[in-house]
Amino acid sequence: MPKLKKPTILWLQSITCNGNTHSFFSHPDFVALMQKFEIIHHPILNTKYTLENVANENLTCDVLVLEGAFRQTGMKKANKEIYDIAQKYAKKAKHIITAGSCATFGGIFRQYDTKSIGGFCFDGELPNETYKLFKKKLISIPGCPAHPRWIGSVLSMILTHRQIPLDELHRPLEIYAYNAHVGCSRSEYYEWKIDVSRYGHKEGCLFYDHGCQAPFTHANCNKILWNEISSKTRVGTPCFGCTEPTFPKKNLWHTTTLMGIPASMPIGIPKRAYLTIAGIAKSFTIKRLNEPIIKYKK
Amino acid sequence: MSQGGKRVQKKESIIQAALTLFSVYGFHKTTIPNIAKRIGMSSGNLYNYFPSKEILAQEIIKYTSEVLGEEIRKINQQKKLTTYKKIHKIVEVYFKMAIEKPEMIEYFLRVYLSHREVFVGECQRMVCVAGFITEIMIFFSDGVECGELRDQDFFSAFGLFMGYLGGMAFLNGEAILSRPLKEYTDDITQNIYNALKT
Repeated sequence: MPKLKKPTILWLQSITCNGNTHSFFSHPDFVALMQKFEIIHHPILNTKYTLENVANENLTCDVLVLEGAFRQTGMKKANKEIYDIAQKYAKKAKHIITAGSCATFGGIFRQYDTKSIGGFCFDGELPNETYKLFKKKLISIPGCPAHPRWIGSVLSMILTHRQIPLDELHRPLEIYAYNAHVGCSRSEYYEWKIDVSRYGHKEGCLFYDHGCQAPFTHANCNKILWNEISSKTRVGTPCFGCTEPTFPKKNLWHTTTLMGIPASMPIGIPKRAYLTIAGIAKSFTIKRLNEPIIKYKK
Repeated sequence: MSQGGKRVQKKESIIQAALTLFSVYGFHKTTIPNIAKRIGMSSGNLYNYFPSKEILAQEIIKYTSEVLGEEIRKINQQKKLTTYKKIHKIVEVYFKMAIEKPEMIEYFLRVYLSHREVFVGECQRMVCVAGFITEIMIFFSDGVECGELRDQDFFSAFGLFMGYLGGMAFLNGEAILSRPLKEYTDDITQNIYNALKT
């Protein structure tokens, strides 16, 4: 029986911190998954072709994974504009994955110059001219970094020819239809409007004073967890909203309020409905939720 | 009319009668037999609708809060109005109620604020006044969002606004004011706006 040809992957970096590359290395099935692909080039793994080969030759590429923010000119690698190299392979690829918030929306690097630096197909939330060329094969996996399982599951779906439903920013719905609040172990405190007193504690919600973005951030962090065990909110740190085109926000540790009322409502919740429920919940003092979960002996 | 419709109508007539008596005679001097007598109902039958005087008192504050909240909601939904105009309309609504339905304001001042021991349990803090408070919250946050009101603690603004209106309604009820209450609308609107604007 003839051996089936493996689909080829080309992982190309623009300006990046390597965060998505390293995050993906933490995938528990990384080796098994990657053995199902032929890796044409990867910036860190030993691969058949160097970056110079990629820049100067015309290699095969079924899946193009992009990492890092883009600028059309002034970001050279192997003496060529990295944007031009990405464009060349984007045309050949069957699927383009933007891994991480920088490749998707511009992320942290975009803050340096929002006029010229952005994602490959989006500048912030707005589609750019590259988007028009590649929208049919674009899959956005934003995150700072992208969760290893997000990249892994999209590659698996591509491998098995599964349908990948996307939202308007081309994020797979299997991952981004949820908000990061779903599965938060602090949801009882959210429901009863009891905020944390200090970071890193087991008790309290981080939404009211501490800037938690989970109720309006599309991600399933609290559903699938990080490193199989935890999440920001579970250890007492607010969600930073890193999968959204608005990331990074200023004053990450602070909830913006208008006369004491959160300026942003949870996704799809009208202000009137939120305030009615919040006002009633705040009217009751729930003793159990105002006490430590565990009373340690001094 | 259906049985359910009749029951709702009966409950409302009890609330109206009780509201009047509570606001005139106060909480303790008003009895269930007085209320029942006013609407030609037996005390026993009234208990079928409200199991205690305390629960009736709680239902009344919910009712007045909903009525006032509904009026402010209509103002909040007029997105083209400036915050100044909204304040003016809220003052108008409040004073209109103080003049045309003084029992509602009187009830709030003389029963709700004076007998906190009645409004506990399922009616504590904001539960029974949520309809009204929610709309005031929306008014304030919209005002800050459009840049017309200064961002500050909700209660410092709330106290200034509603405390002021309640005080004026009280002075009007005591017949102390030198002019009809409505004539104070413009000045009071200006004062509230000056105090809360950016």
